[in-house]
Amino acid sequence: MAETSPIRYSFGADEHLFAEVSDSMSLQAFFKGMAVTRAVERLALDGVLDVCLANASFQIRFDPDRIAPHVLLDAVQGAEAQAVAERTLHTRIIEIPVLYNDPWTHETLMRFRDRHQDPSGTDLEYAARINGLADVDAFIAAHSGAPWFVSMVGFVAGLPFMFQMVERERQLQVPKYLRPRTDTPKLTLGHGGCFGCIYSVRGAGGYQMFGVTPAPIYDPAQQLAYLKDHMVFFRPGDIVQFKPIDREAYDLAVAEVDAGRFDLRIRPLEFSLDAFLADPIGYPKTLQEALA
Amino acid sequence: MIKVLKPGLATSVQDLGREGYYHLGIPPSGALDQYALSAANHLVGNPPGAAGLECTLIGPELEFQQDALVALSGALMSPRLDGEVVHQDTAFHVRAGQVLRFEFPKAGARAYLAVAGGIDVPLVLGSRSTYTLGALGGFHGRRLQAGDELPIGEPTGQGRAGNSLPMALRRSVGGDVTLRVVPGLYYERLTEAAKSSFFAEPWTVGSEADRIGYRFKGGSALSFQPREQPFGAGSDPSNIVDSCYPIGSIQVPAGLEPIVLHRDAVSGGGYAMIGTVISADLDLIGQMQPNQRAGFVAVSLEQALDARRVYKKRLKAMAALFNN
Repeated sequence: MAETSPIRYSFGADEHLFAEVSDSMSLQAFFKGMAVTRAVERLALDGVLDVCLANASFQIRFDPDRIAPHVLLDAVQGAEAQAVAERTLHTRIIEIPVLYNDPWTHETLMRFRDRHQDPSGTDLEYAARINGLADVDAFIAAHSGAPWFVSMVGFVAGLPFMFQMVERERQLQVPKYLRPRTDTPKLTLGHGGCFGCIYSVRGAGGYQMFGVTPAPIYDPAQQLAYLKDHMVFFRPGDIVQFKPIDREAYDLAVAEVDAGRFDLRIRPLEFSLDAFLADPIGYPKTLQEALA
Repeated sequence: MIKVLKPGLATSVQDLGREGYYHLGIPPSGALDQYALSAANHLVGNPPGAAGLECTLIGPELEFQQDALVALSGALMSPRLDGEVVHQDTAFHVRAGQVLRFEFPKAGARAYLAVAGGIDVPLVLGSRSTYTLGALGGFHGRRLQAGDELPIGEPTGQGRAGNSLPMALRRSVGGDVTLRVVPGLYYERLTEAAKSSFFAEPWTVGSEADRIGYRFKGGSALSFQPREQPFGAGSDPSNIVDSCYPIGSIQVPAGLEPIVLHRDAVSGGGYAMIGTVISADLDLIGQMQPNQRAGFVAVSLEQALDARRVYKKRLKAMAALFNN
């Protein structure tokens, strides 16, 4: 099994140690990466500048004047050998409201249609079709029907990559645009490969676009209550449940954001990898109940 | 205050950058040419990490509203103070009301302006550097605009007009550049032909070259070994399951044009990286103009560390020279 094979290490020149847990995505690979990176953080090694966890890999940025690369590698491999793959996680579930099929991503996707696989339709129509779903509504039902696991934060500041908690056969998969767009509306729900994302800021992007959320997830001014602790909201291990909303609810939420009153529904949660693997259909439903 | 009369192409406040937030997608930022910013700071008596201005290709027009001690290092951009030539790598006095202008660089891409006391913008996550994509740090999280008024901090008093960088500590910019690369990461995914052509062929800097990354063109397309793509990786052979990107790492989307990420890097993504430019050579990239020629040469990690020692030794010599 992928998660029991040893991690592949490679130096990104003299300031980075790169570690590939698995070349394919799975929650098991993510959990192993999380266990090892947490063990490395606990070592509190002098010269380690940043421990960056990704979907099925991780990277350590370091100062080689303070820790020699091979001393670091030995320490990380020691942590790998000692790390007990964590199978449960104290985390939180967050409900993210989404206006699917919104006018702003629609305008943007039409503007960049020449860069898309299917210039005749929309990103949602294309994604529904290639995933064997009857129509856009069926796609939205699948997208918002099971929670998502935040498996990486990055690309740009605070952008969560998310992996849906369904069996592999039911994972929604879409290619990225043929050529990346130069523009993506802020807070767009994107999807590329098997990963969903929320574009934290406006900018370039290659993921298919399905909707927008009114909820800011990155704000250097930290104006909303849930951004007071940190300007970046998401952390790897967070669980996200999307909630479809209509235009009226979206406009109301945006007004609340502007007034500084908007808040998110957030509940603490214990996630069990084994419970999910044993019952990938039933277990996520019990997680959703935490939001009720 | 320094008043911005014209902002130039992409002038921003930068210090030596912020560490510790890359795992949240916030890159180090900071001067792309760290040596040049450090030099300019030393000349005016600042600590090397004080915030200065990074002036890219088309420099700004700046009106000083107070007397100041200033130094410029990096790209050769023919600076003139009220029309009078001022010298590179030498501290000079500016009187209130005087205007500093630049021309398109004769060599290099980024001039660094240091002012005694530093540009006094707030520290954000431990640094004054601008991260434009995230609208973070610097002057209101963005590049400078006409009408901006930049506050100047309290000078140490250690800088002296006429302080000059000795020739042995100056670096030339321009000409053909060789970038040293430690192959690795997903290098083994390349075909043998691609491995050899990448290092053998000349490249030139493309038009998409900024603080996020530098795109290179002119070399042969690089082919990846065929494989059944792993789950979640995406369908193109250059795709991987989205992972972290080292600063300096080289990715080749669709095998076409290599991109070297720099200090405002996107922190991760789904393109295979084939190696990483060594830390001692990152400054060189920051001084490259579009269409400038470059070659990549493979080195070992030990050679990268040796090069870093040489680089750091020069920085230490510079610090020793100016620290009384």
